[in-house]
Parts: sequence; structure tokens; C-alpha cells
Amino acid sequence: MIETDQLTRCYGHLTAVDALSIRAEPGQVLGLLGPNGAGKSTAMRMIAGFLAPTSGTARVCGHDVRRESLAARRALGYLPEGAPSYGEMTVREFLVFIARVRGLREDHGRRRFDDVVGRLQLETVLEQCIDTLSKGLRRRVGLAQAILHDPPVLMLDEPTDGLDPNQKHAVRRLIDAMARERTILISTHLLEEVHALCNRVVIIAQGKLLADATPAELEARSRYHGAVSFSAPGSGVSQEMLGRLPQVAGVEVDPLDGRITVFPRPGERILEPVERLLREQGLEVSEIQLERGRLDEVFRQITLGAEAAA
Amino acid sequence: MSPMAAVVRRELRSYFVTPVAYVFLVIFLALAGILTFYAGDFYERGQADLQPFFAMHPWLYLILVPAVSMRLWAEEAKSGTQELLLTLPVSLWQAMLGKFLAAWLFVGLALALTFPVWITVNYLGTPDNGVIVAGYLGSWLMAGAFLAIGACVSTLTRSQVVAFILTALVCVLLILAGQAQVMDFFQGTLPRKLVNAAAHLSLLRHFEAIARGVLDVRDLLYFVFTIVAWLVAGVLVLDLKRMR
Repeated sequence: MIETDQLTRCYGHLTAVDALSIRAEPGQVLGLLGPNGAGKSTAMRMIAGFLAPTSGTARVCGHDVRRESLAARRALGYLPEGAPSYGEMTVREFLVFIARVRGLREDHGRRRFDDVVGRLQLETVLEQCIDTLSKGLRRRVGLAQAILHDPPVLMLDEPTDGLDPNQKHAVRRLIDAMARERTILISTHLLEEVHALCNRVVIIAQGKLLADATPAELEARSRYHGAVSFSAPGSGVSQEMLGRLPQVAGVEVDPLDGRITVFPRPGERILEPVERLLREQGLEVSEIQLERGRLDEVFRQITLGAEAAA
Repeated sequence: MSPMAAVVRRELRSYFVTPVAYVFLVIFLALAGILTFYAGDFYERGQADLQPFFAMHPWLYLILVPAVSMRLWAEEAKSGTQELLLTLPVSLWQAMLGKFLAAWLFVGLALALTFPVWITVNYLGTPDNGVIVAGYLGSWLMAGAFLAIGACVSTLTRSQVVAFILTALVCVLLILAGQAQVMDFFQGTLPRKLVNAAAHLSLLRHFEAIARGVLDVRDLLYFVFTIVAWLVAGVLVLDLKRMR
């Protein structure tokens, strides 16, 4: 479990993290979402014990990071931003070093080593210097380091940043596989990641907590939530006719590709009425889509709103 | 294995997988030899001892020890591995002491590899080997003091060049503090007590005392205190950086 309690960090006059209180439970993948410079990394560094909080505190598995720093660090697996590692060491040497520092006993350490190397498919590069590895492999070595001691709490700072789509997919599958019974906190600015991984999202900007919800709840805040969109090339669908439906709040046409989006009034379902209308008018549409809501739009709305208020 | 021992092993290994160790060892041994035999009047003195050899060590360390110590923390700060190291369950003390001990052992190895000089002098005459052992001990302690200074300075900056220059500067001040010429220079301008106090801080004076074979507890304590004080200062800097 990770808990932060009014966690605050100032750099001079700048407040990087402002009275942040979040909580992640076992079995949860909590996504810390925010624009660049929102304070995600600073918050994680305080939880990991690399930075001291200016005020407030955090607890990892009940261990206060200020008073029981070492116990908190033992319970935590942490991948810092950019996955730093000792470049002149081979992958094997590096992981053995981590196992030693973490005090894993010989036989247990060897089992964990084999398990982690297998999971992250590092067998073929064990004897290579980390400096010579690709970015994706280096990230995997960083992940291996973080999970080597089988920690109950895992904290990953932008785990897929800079990876290609295949590597991103592989890392996400891995996180997904580890999610059960563990508490996982990941930071990201990629909205797709939230969909792919998280069962809860905390949005922060300028160090402040702006939203704490499930991805579905966030999507429901979007004006696109429940909207219906379709393409009807050359059919001359009348916007007015759609707008006259009692359930419809508005109609928009994309000026680029001519795609029509119909927005519902609050609480209304409009897929059926729109389909019926199109059928009655005998209009051909190639495909019709019910939108779940757009996270990127909600994200912009929440974070830009906070900037405007500040 | 304790976390500190793991740090010592990792650091020691890192010297030998990069060219640092070999460049250092070759230059140290070459300079130690050249300075002793050519600049130090080893033969002309006609005495079977290693005084000229040890007399060169403060100046040798002045250049070479900062080159070893500059990377201790500056490199980690620059490459970001400091965040990795300090979020592992290692206390600042264990990390600092581990790095220092590894560097000290490494310089100790370099010093040990000068054994042909010792063999030579035993071949040429009958030196007092007790004095030579004391000289080696004093030299190693002095290297430790320089390394502790360098370890502390290295926490202050991400730049290894800055760490090198600052360390060398502090070391040269500690060497010069006790030199007669320097003392004379300040004798007129500064109160006598202050000059004498500064002279007691001089590394050179304590080193020379040990290297003469006079093992005085005060000289040994001087080095132990110097090492501990600078390491404590380094840990404090690291801790302050967490707060700042």
C-alpha cells in the first residue's frame, strides 16, 4: 500500500508538490497522470526516499518514509525516470549487485534472479554491458532491478517513455501480470497507458490533486461520452434534422473529413434514435460509432482549467 | 553480504572494468619511480632508506588522488544512478563509507605495487624496515585523508572537473600549511598563535613524522579525524541535498 498525507515539496518559492494526498491499495494499478512538470516525478522521489518532503509525509506498507526510510525502501521496488543503471556493468553484474544490496540470500537470490531474467527475457544479454543495450532493453533491465526482491509495492516513473509500440506493449503486459496482490503506482503522460493499465487515475497539475477517479468515470466527464459519430460521404445528411431529435443537444461536422458527431442531452441515449432517423431517411452510412468519451479532452479540460485558475 | 560490502565490491569492480584503474596504476608507478630515482637523489644520498620515495608522495597524491575521488559522487549525480543507489535500502553512511573504502583499497593496491622500490633498497643496503613500514602506513593514511576530502567535494557538484580542481586546491592548502616558507610569510601579518594552529593542521608535518618511523598516536589520530570529519561532511551534504 502507498499512502501520501499532505505531501508537499517546495524548491525555493516554487511548490512542486502541493499537499498531495493519494492512496493506492493492493491489487490496484494507480496511474499518476499530469502534464510535464506537474510534480509526478517529485512526488515519486519523495515516496522513494530520494527527496525529503518539505511537509507532510508518505507511507509505504505502513512505513513512514521520514522516520522508517530504510524499511519503506525495502518494501518498495522503484524504477526512476529514465531507468538509470551503471552502464559499465553487465546485466548480470548489475542485477547481482542489486540482489546483494537488498540482502537477498544466496539460494533465494538465485531463484529471484532466474525468475526476473525469464520474465523480462534478458537471457541473451546477461553478459553484455548495459551501455551497449538499446533503450528498450535498458528499460527492461531497470524493471528487472525494481522487481528483483519481489516487492509488495512497485513504483514506476514513466515506464514506457521512449519505447516503440511493441516494447510498450510488452512492458504493459508485464505490469498487468504483476498487478494482482501488489500495489503499483505508475506515472505517465500517455493517456493510452491509462486505458491499457490503470484501474484508477490521479490527475495532478502544478503539484495539486485535480481528479481521483476510475478511467471510466473520467471518460463520463467528457462531452463526447455517449455521443454518436458516423461518416456519410456525399449523402447530404441534414444537420437540422438530427438537431431536431428531442434527445440531441448538438451536432458537429468535422471540417476535414466530414465526419458527423451527434451530442446527447445529459442522461439521454441517442444511438437508437439516430440510427432510426438515418434508416427512415434512407441514408447510407459506412459505420456508426458510440463514443465512450475522450480522456485526452477530459485531461485537457482538467489541467488547463487549473492553469487558468492559477 | 551487507549493503556496504556490496557497494565496496561494485566500486572496486568499476575501477577495473574501465581504463581508470590501469591508467592510474601505470602513471602512479611510473611517477613514483621517476621522481624517487631522478628528482629524489635516491643514489646520491648514499643512504639505504626510502625517504626520497616517501617525500614525493604528497605531491604525487595531489595530482592522482583527486582523479580517483572526483567521480565518486559527481558521476552518479550526473548519470542519475544516484537516484537508484539512494533509493535502495542503503543508508547514506553505508554508501559513503563503501565508496571511500573501495577507493582507499584501490590506492592501497597502487601503493603496494611499489614493492620493487623496497626490494631494491634492501638489495643495495640494510635499511630499517620498520621505518619503511611506517612510511607506507603514513602514506596510505595520507592518501585516505585526500580521498575523504575528494569524496566530500565530489558530493558538491555534478562536474568531475570541478570536483578535481576543488579537491586538489584543498589538498594543496593542507600540504602547504606547514611549510616553513609559508609559515614565514604569514609570521609577520597574522598572530603567532593562528600560524602555529594552522601548522598543526598541516598534513605534511604529520606525514613526515610517521614516515620518519616515529609512530605518535597524535599523528595517527590526526589522519583518522581528518578522514572521519570529511566523510561526515560529505554525508551531511548528501542529506542537505535531499532537503534542498
